[in-house]
Amino acid sequence: MDINLLINAIIAGLLLGGFYAAVTAGISISFGMLDIVNIAHPAFILLGSYIAYSLNVGLGIDPIAASILMLPAFYALGAFVYQVYYVSFEKYGQESLRGLAFFFGLLFVTEVILLLIFGVDYRSVNAAYIGSSLSVGPMEFPLRLLVPCVVALAMFAGLELFLSRTFIGRAVMAVSQDPTALRLMSVDPTRIKRIAFAISIATASMAGAILIVIQPVIPSVGRDYIGRIFAICVLGGLGSLPGTLIAALLLGVIESITSVFYGPSWAPAVSFGILLLTLAVRPSGLLGR
Amino acid sequence: MTEPLLQVKGLSKRFGGFVALDNVDLAVNPGERVGLIGPNGSGKSTLVNCICGTLHNETGSVTFAGERMNGLIAHERTRRGLARSFQLPRPFMSMSVADNIRVPLLYTVAARVGHHVSKAEADARCMELLKLVALDAKAARSPRDLTQVEMRKLELARAMAAEPKLLMADESMAGLSHSEVEDIVQLLLRLNERGITIIMIEHIMRAVMSFSQRLVVLVSGRKIADGKPDEVIKDREVIGAYLGQ
Amino acid sequence: MRTPVFVLLEIIAGAALFLILRAVNNDYLFFAGYTVLQFIVLSTAWNILGGYCGYVNFGSAGFFALGVYTSVFLYTVNQNLEELMPEWLLPLMQAIFPLPMPALILLGGIVAGLVGLGTGYLTLRLRGVFFAIATLALAVVLQTFVVNWSFVGGSRGAYVIPPGTVPILGPYIQYLFLLMLLLVILSLTCARLIERSRLGYGFATIRDDELAAEACGVPTLRLKLIATVLSGALMGMAGAPFPYYIGYVEPGSAFDLSYAVNSIAMPMIGGTTWWAGPMLGAVLLGTLQQIATVTISSAVNLLIVGLLLIGFVIAAPDGIIGLWHTWTSRRSKP
Repeated sequence: MDINLLINAIIAGLLLGGFYAAVTAGISISFGMLDIVNIAHPAFILLGSYIAYSLNVGLGIDPIAASILMLPAFYALGAFVYQVYYVSFEKYGQESLRGLAFFFGLLFVTEVILLLIFGVDYRSVNAAYIGSSLSVGPMEFPLRLLVPCVVALAMFAGLELFLSRTFIGRAVMAVSQDPTALRLMSVDPTRIKRIAFAISIATASMAGAILIVIQPVIPSVGRDYIGRIFAICVLGGLGSLPGTLIAALLLGVIESITSVFYGPSWAPAVSFGILLLTLAVRPSGLLGR
Repeated sequence: MTEPLLQVKGLSKRFGGFVALDNVDLAVNPGERVGLIGPNGSGKSTLVNCICGTLHNETGSVTFAGERMNGLIAHERTRRGLARSFQLPRPFMSMSVADNIRVPLLYTVAARVGHHVSKAEADARCMELLKLVALDAKAARSPRDLTQVEMRKLELARAMAAEPKLLMADESMAGLSHSEVEDIVQLLLRLNERGITIIMIEHIMRAVMSFSQRLVVLVSGRKIADGKPDEVIKDREVIGAYLGQ
Repeated sequence: MRTPVFVLLEIIAGAALFLILRAVNNDYLFFAGYTVLQFIVLSTAWNILGGYCGYVNFGSAGFFALGVYTSVFLYTVNQNLEELMPEWLLPLMQAIFPLPMPALILLGGIVAGLVGLGTGYLTLRLRGVFFAIATLALAVVLQTFVVNWSFVGGSRGAYVIPPGTVPILGPYIQYLFLLMLLLVILSLTCARLIERSRLGYGFATIRDDELAAEACGVPTLRLKLIATVLSGALMGMAGAPFPYYIGYVEPGSAFDLSYAVNSIAMPMIGGTTWWAGPMLGAVLLGTLQQIATVTISSAVNLLIVGLLLIGFVIAAPDGIIGLWHTWTSRRSKP
């Protein structure tokens, strides 16, 4: 086995893993803490990718900068979606079947709309850092992976700080464990959940921009990520952001090694295989509550 | 000396770091009426859940009618005659009141007798149980149309439909009026007259005292008293931990 | 209505439909009708687990494709009998192969049923949500395996050449149509039988309150496994004739997400608590899709399905049947 190849596969895997962590952070909040199975999350990410693409191609803005500009819009979108979800389902305790069907429909509709607008051609962006690499000895750090990874980790860290240090952040952590206690503190659990869900969708904006820097996209790419997101969420343990990070890095490395040594066509099976394995053996994940 | 119908030995249950039940022993004789009391969070419902198999206890054993229950899943315990009603009524909302009663008949009783219960027989038994709890007029209605006390009665009737040897009635009277409480107590007494052993988990002391032949007190997961009701309520520790409040 | 009478009525209705289409003698109607019948089977199958038990299956495409690729596998085996089989087995194999379509259907059902059993055994002890995600995972894992398996064509796909004509009936498509009609009768009878039996009560309790169901003596895991196996097997059976219907199979189209969306949307729009609900949804939505694909585009068609699904889930969760019930009960109230 070529040791160079292995080292670079691991590095690429770690960088990719950092990105996966950012992609999953949103679901870690909505599913891990709020118990809302938003399988449409990848569709929102793709939405972020395409908006970043449009701004990049149309106005020449750097995709990641564009996504930051779009954060308020995505936040508003998330708040709106939660409101619909809450009024239709959560209020009546009917989440399971109908909530799942709702989000599945949302995933599908978003994908089709993107397909109608942008077609089936792969889209990619232009940014200064795509194409070159940072070399440190035998190790290669492709900038198109490194920059997004750094941004992703920064976003992830910011999220973790928000949840542990701010009042609203801690209220979000509390609402998943004890909504009654929150009410006693005269904080409306519904409002907190809406904020949390809106934040999770806002993360999709940045995750989408990062995605399109890393690889060209077509609307169906979202589906590849459903498996990765839930595999990471379950493997890391629901509701645990540090667990999500570890699981994401792990998945990134395993996928990268599989891709390099067995071929990229096996990559989708890796995440779903890990998911099935985790569900069968240790459903609470590595660091689960 | 008769063998106890239910024998719980050394039962412990933890939730993460929190000890919900700590080495609980309990023996209930056939036909007995036992009251189980204790402050909120003392582990009463956890004990019920562990006995009937909804939760797994880490240590200790549950023996029912001479058979070890460890490892048996909830529906298997119900089939052996161990039934419980839920604290917050959980009727099957998509079915009629009568159909709610039908389910345990179709599954538990049929499993026990080894053959299907015929439609006519199931209908007859349903009506009999509904008459017992005075719900026969609402047999075809949805559980949504029932009042609070009627839902509690449905809950008990459904547990009864499984033809249990032992019934654990988990706080069936919370939030009911004076006469409604009396209603339920009378119902449980009638059930006991038919030979069913009953464990009543309750906060309403009046009901517990008038019903129980024996009183068990649970505080912070430990059993602190077990004996005749008049003696237990005079016990200092019990007064300090629970009754004095 | 007792079941044998019901089956007789179904057979009469099916025969009538078939004879009418034969009289019109337009092959396109058979091709389009086959698709609608296929959807009836898929959505009725989905509903057994989804509507009756409340466990959502996102991987309908996976079970369907198991039937598809079982057929493709056996077809390819048949094309290469001499290379694959040892000398002493060859005469026997040549006598058995090519397997008749009904045998392919049965085998497709068995394979899909077994996979359903395995998946269910692994994941049905967990919350319904995890089961749903696991079914999605299953579909992708299966697709990846197929893509990497060159014997069944891999990503390039496989050509399956059906016989041109069939004795008595004539065009092969009519034979497939007839078989699919039989599958429709089978799945509708199954669904209706379940609904009226003890199993139906058990399924409903699982949907309503699994914990209470267990306390009432319902063996929830066993029932869920039964539902999963039945549902998966029916989907596999629906998939088995597909390669012969379409002629060219590649993983992208066999595992298409639209199968998952349709098999959820059709029961939810028609009504999940009645055996005829999925059929109603399949006929309405299936016909609508045929029209939309031909007149507008297939992408817009999918958009309509997705929007209808969301709309019904929010506003009319009991489907058209539910709306009808509400409307009639309002009218009967004084």
